[in-house]
This record gives sequence, structure tokens and C-alpha cells, in this order.
Amino acid sequence: MSGPNTSYDPVEVAALDPAAIEAAVAAALAAADAAPDLAALKAARTAHQGDRSALALANREIGALPPSAKAEAGQRVGQARARVAQAFTARQGILEAERDERILVEEAVDVTLPTGRRPLGRRHPTELMAERIADVFVGLGWELAEGPEVEAEWFNFDALNFDADHPARQMQDTFYVEPPESGLILRTHTSPVQARALLERGVPLYIACLGRVFRTDELDATHMPAFHQVEGLAVDEGITMAHLKGTLDRLATELFGQGITTRLRPSYFPFTEPSAEMDLRCFVCRGSDSACRTCKGTGWIEWGGCGMVNENVLRACGVDPQRYSGFAFGMGIDRALMFRTGVSDMRDMIEGDVRFTAQFGMEI
Amino acid sequence: MRVPLDWLGEYAVLPAKARGVDIAADLVRVGLEEEGLYGGGVTGPLVVGRVLTKEAEPQRNGKTINWCSLDVAAANGSGAPQWVVCGAHNFEVGDLVAVILPGGTLPTPEGPMEVTARKTYGHLSAGMICSERELGLGEDHDGIIVLTNRFAGDEEMLVRLVPGADAIPLLGLDRETVEVNVTPDRGYCFSVRGIAREYAHATGATFTDPVLALRAAAPANNDAGYPVRLEDDAPIRGRAGCGRYVARIVRGIDVTAPSPGWLRTRLTEAGMRPISLAVDVTNYVMLGLGQPLHAFDLHTLTGDLVVRRARAGERMTTLDGVDRALAPEDLLITDGGERPIAIAGVMGGAATEVTSTTTDVLIEAAYFDPTSIARSARRHRLPSEASRRFERGVDTDLAAAAAELAVQLLVRFGGGVADPGVSDIGTPPTPSTIALDPTLPSRRIGVDYPAATVLKVLREIGCAVSEVSEADVSEGAALAVLPPTWRPDLRTPLDLVEEVARIDGYDKIPSILPTPPGGRGLTHAQRVRRLVATVLAGEGLHEMWSAPFVGDARHAALGWDVAQTRARTVALANPLSEEQPLIRTSVLATMVDAVARNVSRGSKDVGLFEIGSVVTGPGSGRPAPTVQVGVHPSSDILAAIHAAVPEQQRHLGILLTGDRDRAGWWGGGRRADVTDVLALVRSLGAALGVQVTLTPDTQAPYHPGRCARVSLADGTLVGHAGELHPKVLLALDLPERTVGAELSLEVLTTASEQPTEATTLVTSPVAYSDIALVVDELVPAAAVEEAVRRGAGASLEGIALFDVYRGDQIPAGHKSLAYRLSFREVGRTLTTEQVSGLRDAAVAAAAAAVGAVQRT
Repeated sequence: MSGPNTSYDPVEVAALDPAAIEAAVAAALAAADAAPDLAALKAARTAHQGDRSALALANREIGALPPSAKAEAGQRVGQARARVAQAFTARQGILEAERDERILVEEAVDVTLPTGRRPLGRRHPTELMAERIADVFVGLGWELAEGPEVEAEWFNFDALNFDADHPARQMQDTFYVEPPESGLILRTHTSPVQARALLERGVPLYIACLGRVFRTDELDATHMPAFHQVEGLAVDEGITMAHLKGTLDRLATELFGQGITTRLRPSYFPFTEPSAEMDLRCFVCRGSDSACRTCKGTGWIEWGGCGMVNENVLRACGVDPQRYSGFAFGMGIDRALMFRTGVSDMRDMIEGDVRFTAQFGMEI
Repeated sequence: MRVPLDWLGEYAVLPAKARGVDIAADLVRVGLEEEGLYGGGVTGPLVVGRVLTKEAEPQRNGKTINWCSLDVAAANGSGAPQWVVCGAHNFEVGDLVAVILPGGTLPTPEGPMEVTARKTYGHLSAGMICSERELGLGEDHDGIIVLTNRFAGDEEMLVRLVPGADAIPLLGLDRETVEVNVTPDRGYCFSVRGIAREYAHATGATFTDPVLALRAAAPANNDAGYPVRLEDDAPIRGRAGCGRYVARIVRGIDVTAPSPGWLRTRLTEAGMRPISLAVDVTNYVMLGLGQPLHAFDLHTLTGDLVVRRARAGERMTTLDGVDRALAPEDLLITDGGERPIAIAGVMGGAATEVTSTTTDVLIEAAYFDPTSIARSARRHRLPSEASRRFERGVDTDLAAAAAELAVQLLVRFGGGVADPGVSDIGTPPTPSTIALDPTLPSRRIGVDYPAATVLKVLREIGCAVSEVSEADVSEGAALAVLPPTWRPDLRTPLDLVEEVARIDGYDKIPSILPTPPGGRGLTHAQRVRRLVATVLAGEGLHEMWSAPFVGDARHAALGWDVAQTRARTVALANPLSEEQPLIRTSVLATMVDAVARNVSRGSKDVGLFEIGSVVTGPGSGRPAPTVQVGVHPSSDILAAIHAAVPEQQRHLGILLTGDRDRAGWWGGGRRADVTDVLALVRSLGAALGVQVTLTPDTQAPYHPGRCARVSLADGTLVGHAGELHPKVLLALDLPERTVGAELSLEVLTTASEQPTEATTLVTSPVAYSDIALVVDELVPAAAVEEAVRRGAGASLEGIALFDVYRGDQIPAGHKSLAYRLSFREVGRTLTTEQVSGLRDAAVAAAAAAVGAVQRT
């Protein structure tokens, strides 16, 4: 900031000569334009706008002018300084923009580089499949029930109307707990949870049970000694086999898509009467390809067993079969996963090889 | 059950040119699932050809092929020689062979293959000379079928072998067999008779029960019959072991007489091996009608046939040559009441077996109690064709008719003479009448069945049903339904409901979604499991599951007391592997295999977790009681059942091995260490809103210096985490420094049930102060932090350990822990003096509690 300069003789002030001022402006504008980068611009700014610049000196000399000349000189110098300042600001903006752009270019990263410092893990697809099935039932207003894997024979067999001498009981390939009279087994199906739920919760009852079950099968591509089932049980007044069909159709559609329904075929299970095998409409060919590999051209895929709850099961669980009826069904979750994802060797599901799980997302 | 179609057609009218695949489809509708189709895979033209010329042509690949011309008469349309390439050499010019012409199809595992004229080995081969295997007749593929050899000695066939003749019927390729799966309630379907009946139900075809005529022809019991006594003094479940016993005798059978060809063919197709006329006839009757028979060599019998239970210590040699110890529950056929000659319904004895010199046979046709037979067959591990039928229930009114058919066949084909003496004694159980509310089928199935439909179906399946009018029905009158003798499975009204639905067709059942009252959604425990799994997968771990089988060796490898661990769980009586008879008490115990498997397969940096059931405590140790089916147990019995089931919990297991952070272009990797697994445990606590405390512990299978006990704020044990003990790693062949954890999800679930109580956020400025505390090496960091927190008081908002130093600047055997403390107070800004005061209090508390010295 400069105060009035009384020591200067105005006559000597050549800097206030309009031509000289115009020349100083021209020089400043040229310098600003010529500055190749921000550092050069800064130097040029000091030279042309700084305290020692021609225009600054001229400005200082205005104070020494007689009042009559002050206004005109002040206007001339002020305009000149403004033009210079504007030029430098403009140039500054251009150079800053250039610099910013250059930096962004220089900072570019190759986004195609691999990034696997800590890859995501995965859920097991069987568990995801089970959760998906569970959610269908929860959505229908059913509840999920659970039970132990080491189970009492009564729950696994007798409560479900498997008589000790009935051939069906021998067909289950059961793991028995020592000693043989312990009355304990590894559950061969999730059905004992039916009896547990009926006893614990009473009726009306709409439950699904998902869990691990066991049969004495050696592990190979198509057998596992441990596998997963989903069991459904509905007991209420007025339940019919049509309700069973409706529930199975809904589940099939939710899991495999619109138009995928089920078919019932007569069969036999001790805990249901009437009993049925349920087939799933082939979700690959939908019954339209006689050479389909998935359904072997039949249009249907075996999915599980079902039926109306045998009255002896209701009786064993203290439910009045005169008043209540129910349906039950069971199917393999591992099998459903194989259908849905094309897993072809069961060993892949049980061996814990991370390459297996890594194939899947966390929504099946 | 395998059913040759021509046999089926003898009892039920099949459509002309019925195919096995169509018959099988019909049977599926009534519950007989197709298990297989045999025969019928070859379609014409397959004709007889005479080899006219045969030129051997060696090939560059080392093979020699034959370029042959064949006389197939007019079968090829022209009558000109048919030229084919043949790779086999077991035939000569002039031989008669089976040749398939273009347009014919052959069965292959991939489906039917159409034969076309094709270029091969430089010739246009117009057809194929066939081998057994190509035609599905057997496994022989060493050469082609030379028809003259195949039918050598069979004059009747040889005259039919003329060039151009259709070879399909000649080779029996027009015969088809359908195999169906018979469910355990349908004993009667283990017979062609039963399947034919079901076929009639499925299609409306006319069914002629062969038993009706045989029953009419069968002579009644008379005084001249072979003496038989039924002396069951220990019936099982109150049911006599033998309800009916028919004994018929045929004498003078020609020992050289073979079974007729058609009978042998049917037996073979049904899956049984032809042996001799007497044996074949008994098998034929069993397969045809469903009644197992036994043939004794009459001359080996010395006394009355006495049917009784075995005596303690009794033994007999069965016809498979095995000397068997008999159990008192075994029902026996004995000679004179003393010598056992058969385990009834299971297997005959060697001593009375029909042999190649037997001329006089005694045919036994009996009704044996299903339970008695099932137990004997199981006890002696002798599931036989006979026991399979008896334990599922044989028609109670079939014995006399079946014996009659056997006698007729032996007389006709063996030249024998039937004894006029007949024994037919005992009274088999008879079906009980079922009272059926005719509206029950509609109410249980959801299809409107008029009473007339119900009546029609029940009569169709052989039930006798009382006459009722529609008016009676509308007034609620029940039908009195008497099931037929071949349906012992029909016992309750719902059994009849199934029959109505089945015969009317399951395909008529509509699809209606039930309307439950609405549920509670997922439980907290179920949500916790999903959350834990999701968090761990997000942390880079892969979920797995494993079979729960372990053994002592695994427990020893994990450093556990073998006997104690065994006592905490249960053992299987029939494990898949003798090395793994126990059910796991820990998920890590079975997870470790997967780690080793991954590493051996090349995945060296692996994080795994499993949520699985383990046995956490023995049950009551008393046997779980049981009660009869259909009976609600008393509360005492139910309590005893529940008590006997061992306690089981869901555990979470975690294992990390190799690099936790991978190496890559960004730099080196970082090996998983114990802090990684501790961090995961803390993350899970945070995810569940549960405060978990880690304290040093020594616990197998962990490294004693690198093991943490995980507990809740109140001290409840959650589990352990740490680096696995070097010896454990060595024993299990796991990579060094593998770390793991096992937590009880049950405990975490319960602990996380309480909702968190939120505190209002304080927005006054934060103040920081750093301290470095020198403590003895053995002082755990948690103890220092605990003292600092206590000393700093309520204004301490956060404490972060940002450096641990060991070295020259501090005494040996010590470590310096550097913390950044952050303070904040409600409604005021802390001054420097106030912060210093709080810091000094914290240091003083640490000094008092753990001997910490502030490092300056």
C-alpha cells in the first residue's frame, strides 16, 4: 500500500504518459499470454503487477498530480491495472485447468489390474438352497422347526408309524447307536421333527424342517452318508390332499420358475396314507423334449415323497385324527441344488474344496 | 418285480402290439414305478442272411475286415446280394447269420441307433451282421451270432432259418419285460397276477384271475394227505406263525424231463435261473401267483410235518450249505416234530432238498405270519424271494390254488402222478370289515367323489361292499367294506381313501394353497446363523459341511483324552468305517480334513468355516423307550425318550491356513496368524452385539502360548481360539501355523437376544493424550487396558494400542505399550490440565494394577 508521494515532482513523472501506460499494459498482456506455466506466470505477475512494476509506480505517482489531473490519470491507470489483472487471472485459470487436467492424467491407474488381496469367501450353496426353501415357507406363513441329529428311534420310526417289524423300517439303511438297545439312531430323515413339533406346539401346525440326515451309504458320486432334507407338515382342520398339491406346486414354482409344477404318483410311506411320490416338471425341457438328458425324456423328475399324515402319527402325537388332518412331504435339498446348478458329483458338496464354493454367488 | 409282457397278457388283455414303455406308463399311474425295460430295443428289418462270399481285407490300422455278400432273399427289396463290412471272423461262407438292414434300429446305452448304409473301409456297407451284445441279447461281443450254431439241435427252429426270414421273433427280440418297483405295502404285486390286476385298474382292461379256476380245481383236505400238524406254542404278537398249510404230493416225475422252453424263458426274463423242473415249477407259481412254494424230496421225509418254533440250541443246515444256529422265535418245518427241515418261509434244509434224482415231491404251500418271517429272514440275513413275499403279506386264500397249479405243471411236464391224498389245514387270518364314511375320501382328498364312484372303485379292487342307497349315504350311513384276501394292507378307512384317490387318479387332485394362521418368521437363532455365515464369508472364509464321523485316532491327534472324549459322545453300532465310529464333539475335528484336502489339491491359502451339530453331553444313559405305533406315550415315557437323546449343540468352527492377505503385484502376502482368528471372533461378537472377552488359556488342540478362551462378560464360556498346537498340525498333516476357533453358537445366540441400549452421542470436542506404559512381558495387554480404562474414568471415550515396543530403551523382559486415549465430556470442552489429570489417573491405576511404569 502506498501513500501520497510528496517527494516526487509531477513533471518528472513520465510514467503517467498515456502512451507509456499503454505500452506497459501491452507488455503485461503479452507476458501473461506468453507464460507457459504457473511458475512463469507468477514471475510475470511480479514483473508487471508487483510493487516495482511500471503500472504500480504510475499509480503511486497519481497522488503527486494536481487535483485537476488526478481524476483523469487515476481513471487511466486504474483501467490499465484492471486490464492487466484480468489478463493474469484469465491466464491463471487456463494454466490451473491445464495443470489439474495433467495431474488427473498422470494419476491414472490401470483399473484392469487384479485386486485379490483378500478375496471374498462364500456361503455353501446347499445352505443357501436350504435358506431359499425356508424363506418360501416363511413367506407362506409357515414356521421353521428343528431337531437333533442323534435321535430317539421312537421319534424317527415308531411315532411315524414305522412298525419295528415292517419291511419299510429295514429299507432305511439306518445308523444305530451303541449299544443296540440304546433306542438311539442317527435320524434317517427330517420327519422326526414332525413328531417333535406336534408334541411341542400342538395344532394347527404349519412347519418346515430343514436339516441333515444320515443313511449308511458309502460316499460316491451319487451317494452321501449325510445329506440334507426339507420336511413340510401341515395339520389343521379340513386339510386335504389338494392342499398338499397346492403347496408343492407353489414351492416348485418359487424354486424353479413359472410353469414348473408337480405331479403326484401313488406310493407308500408308513407315515402317510394316502401316500404319493412327487415328480417335478422338468425345468429344462418342460416335457417337450423326448431326448432331454435331465428328465430322460419323461418330462418329469423325481423329487420326493409326500402324503396325508397317517392317523397313527397324529395319535402318537396326541392329536385327534377325527378333528384334524394333515399333509407332509419331504425332499432332498442337495438334489434340488443339483437340479438348479448342475452339480454332478455329490463329493464336491461334502469335501469342503474352496474351488467348489467359489463357483457360486451368495444368492442361489 | 420283472414282468414278461406275454405272461402279463395271459391274465390281462393287453392292446395289440403293446409296447413295454406304454405298459410301464400305465402302471406308474397306479403306483408301480418303472425300474427298467428289457427287450424290444431292436426294430426291423433284422433278417436271416446266408453268407455268400467273404473276402478278408487287411487294413492299415492292423485290423482285418471281411467284405461279405449275403443272401437275404427279398428282404432288401431287390433280392440281390446284400454287401456289408464285418469285423468279426467267427463265421464261414454258407453260415446263417442275423443281419440288420438299413432302416433298422439297435439299442445302445445312449438310445436307439438307426442303421444306415455307410462308407467304411473303402466300401459302402449296407447293414451289419449282429453280435449278441449289439442286439441286447447278452454280453458276448467276441463274434457275431451264427444262427445255425445258436439253434443247433433245435429242429423246430432250424427249419425256420431261411434267408430273408424275420429274425426278430426267431431270437425272441419281440419279447419285452417291464420291471416295476413294488412298495412294501403291496405284497400281492410281487406276482404277475397282482401286476395284471393293477394294469386292469389303470387301464380298464379285462383281468382274468387265474386263481379262480385253480381254486375250483384244487381238491379239499382229506384223510389220505401227508400228515401235517401246526404246533406253534409261542406266537409272535399273538399271531400264529402258520395260518394254513397245504401239502400235495406228485410221484413218478421223470428226472430227465426239462422245463418247457417257454417256462424257462419266462423265469429267465423274470430274473430267476432255470434249474430243474421241480424247482422251476415252484418258482414259476411264485412269480405267477405270488405264493411261495417249497418242494421237499418225499423220500427224505420220515414222519409227520410239524410246524413249530425252534428250541434252544437247535441247529440245521440250510440248502445254501450253511449250518445255522436257530433262535427260539424261528418258525420251523420239522420232520416228525424233531428234525428241522426248513426255516419256514425263509429257506429249506439241505437234507430234504429236491435233487436231480428226485422223483416224488411234496409241495408245500402255506400262509406264514409276516412278522415271524421278517424276523427270521433278518436274523439269519437270508432275504429270499419267499421271505420277501411272506413278510409283505401273501394272499391268505391262495395256498390251495397255487399248490394245484404246481401239481398240474409237474404232472403235465414231468409225467408225474398227483396223489389223491391232500392236506390243507389251518385257518389263515381273514380281512376285517372296515366301516367307511363314503364322504371321507372327498373330505381327505379335496376331490368330490360321488358315493357311486367310491363303491365302484372299492368293488373294482376286489372289496365286498354292503349295498347302500344314495339316501342311506346322505343320512351318513357308513359302508361296510370287506377287503379282498390279497390286500392285507387295507385296514383303516384311510387305506380305502387312498384306493379311491389312486384308482380315480391322483392327476384329478386340484392344487389349492392352504391358509395358515401366520407364523413368527425366522427365529433369532436362525437369523444369527445366517448372519454369522454371511459375516465370515465376507471376511474371506468359505462355508463347508462335513459328515460328523470321528474316531479315537482323530481325538488323539487333536491332543484330547481319548477315553474322556469317547465318554462324552455316542458310538455307532454300524459305522461306515471302523476307524470312525463316534459322533463328533467338535466341528474342528472333522473340518481339518477339508483343510488338508484343499492344501493337497493346491489351494494353499484357505479360510473355512462350518456351522454344525456336535454332541455336547451324553443323554441319560438309559435306553430311549419306545411304544407301539399309533399310541401316544405317557408323559413319563416321553420324558425318558427326551432324556435319552444326547445333548447336541450347533458349533461354529473356523480354520485359516496359508496367507490371510495374498501376495500379488501389490507386494508380499501376510500369513494368517493367531491375531486373525481372534479378530474374526471379535468381529462376530460385534456383529451380534455381544461383548466377548479373550483371555489366555491352555486348551487342546491349541498352542499353549497362543490360545484364547472366549467368554461372555459374565464369564460364560463361548469357546476357544488360537493357533493349532505344532504336534496337532504334524499329526493331521496340516500346514504350520494353521489357526482356528470353535464357538458355541447356542451361547452366542442366547447372549445376543437382548436388544442393545443406545447412548446419546456426545458432540463436545474430543481431546487426545498419548501414554506409553512399560510392563512385564507376562502382563496381558487386556489387563493393562482394563486398568487404564478404570483409572481414566467415565470421560475416556476410546483407547487404542498403537505400538508395542521391546528393546534397548526399556528393561529386558519388559514391553512398552503405547496407547492413544481419547476423552470427551458432556457439555464442556476439556482443558489441557483436565486431560493431563485424567491421563495421570490412568497411569496411576495401571501402575497400581499391573506395575506399569510410564515411559518418558
